[in-house]
Amino acid sequence: MKQWQLFLAFFRVGMLGYGGGPSSIPLVHKEVVEKYKWLSDDEFADILALGNSLPGPIATKMAGYIGHRVAGITGMMNAVLATIVPTITIMIVLLTFLSSFRDKAWVEGMTQAVVPVVGVMLAVLTYDFFRKAQGKLGWVLTLVMTFVSFVVIEIAGVHPGLVIGVLLLYALLKPSKKDEEGGDES
Amino acid sequence: MIYWEIFVAFFIPGILGYGGGPASIPLVENEVVGRFGWMSVNEFSEMLAMANALPGPIATKMAGYIGFQQGGVLGAFVGVFATVAPSLILMVVLLSILYKFKDSPKVKLMTALIRPTIAILLGVMAFQFFASSYEGAGFLQTIFLIAASFILMERMKVHPAFVIVGSLVYGAVFLG
Repeated sequence: MKQWQLFLAFFRVGMLGYGGGPSSIPLVHKEVVEKYKWLSDDEFADILALGNSLPGPIATKMAGYIGHRVAGITGMMNAVLATIVPTITIMIVLLTFLSSFRDKAWVEGMTQAVVPVVGVMLAVLTYDFFRKAQGKLGWVLTLVMTFVSFVVIEIAGVHPGLVIGVLLLYALLKPSKKDEEGGDES
Repeated sequence: MIYWEIFVAFFIPGILGYGGGPASIPLVENEVVGRFGWMSVNEFSEMLAMANALPGPIATKMAGYIGFQQGGVLGAFVGVFATVAPSLILMVVLLSILYKFKDSPKVKLMTALIRPTIAILLGVMAFQFFASSYEGAGFLQTIFLIAASFILMERMKVHPAFVIVGSLVYGAVFLG
């Protein structure tokens, strides 16, 4: 019974969460806290904060952890699969269908028209990341780091993973000053 | 060994993508288009459009589809596993330790410090998409589509899924 409820809860989250993981957070809250009452509001907030402090997609981290808490390892697998399998299946079917018509002119036209739209989405996302970085790091540091990242990755051709790895290590090993003001979002 | 390559291509974005799915988009692009050459920029943007128009987490949809394309059902499984498992295992296993650090300034600094780098990766990708659209659809169509989708999504707050579907129809009719 628990397993079925877990499946339903995260199936709904997966199918209704448009716009990627972060947009599904309120849906998870609705199912897990309001509907099934597996967690209190505070516990949910803690899990979310923790999930945000780890790498990787947020929706599956939440599903996995909550599933594990409610119904052990089986619950974990169940919740993760319910979140991702339906949408992956739709994606594979649709794209495979579309690419089998690739040489038709109208499919070609669809492909061309959608590229700039995705470009706009990425540009907006870029702006978002800048603004959030600036809120926490300030203009000067943000601009310097943007410039350095650009030169190192795009001109010198260093793997971005290496750049990010070094930055993460630096944040971890830097001697911490007490009372650094804390940003609230992530 | 294709399964190993799929694993690597999604393990790296999964473990470095702080800040949820969207932060891992440029990292996936770097592996899939840049390193392994499985897709062109255009194919990647097409897939991203489709992924954005469909519900559910973005990182796992990309991993599932690309994995499937390169290595069938097992490939899809490997891609999704590499994206999800490392961070999920960390979360379940290290929970009690991490509980103490969730408000730590270090953890917050980690998320903040990589933002400019992710921003530049996203910005470069946006530029590539615009450039490829300019080559394919021409200057006027590109400008029109950029302006229209920006106004619809950012000013009028139309849901991106509808804008993407609209652009697909527009393309099928006017650019076909």
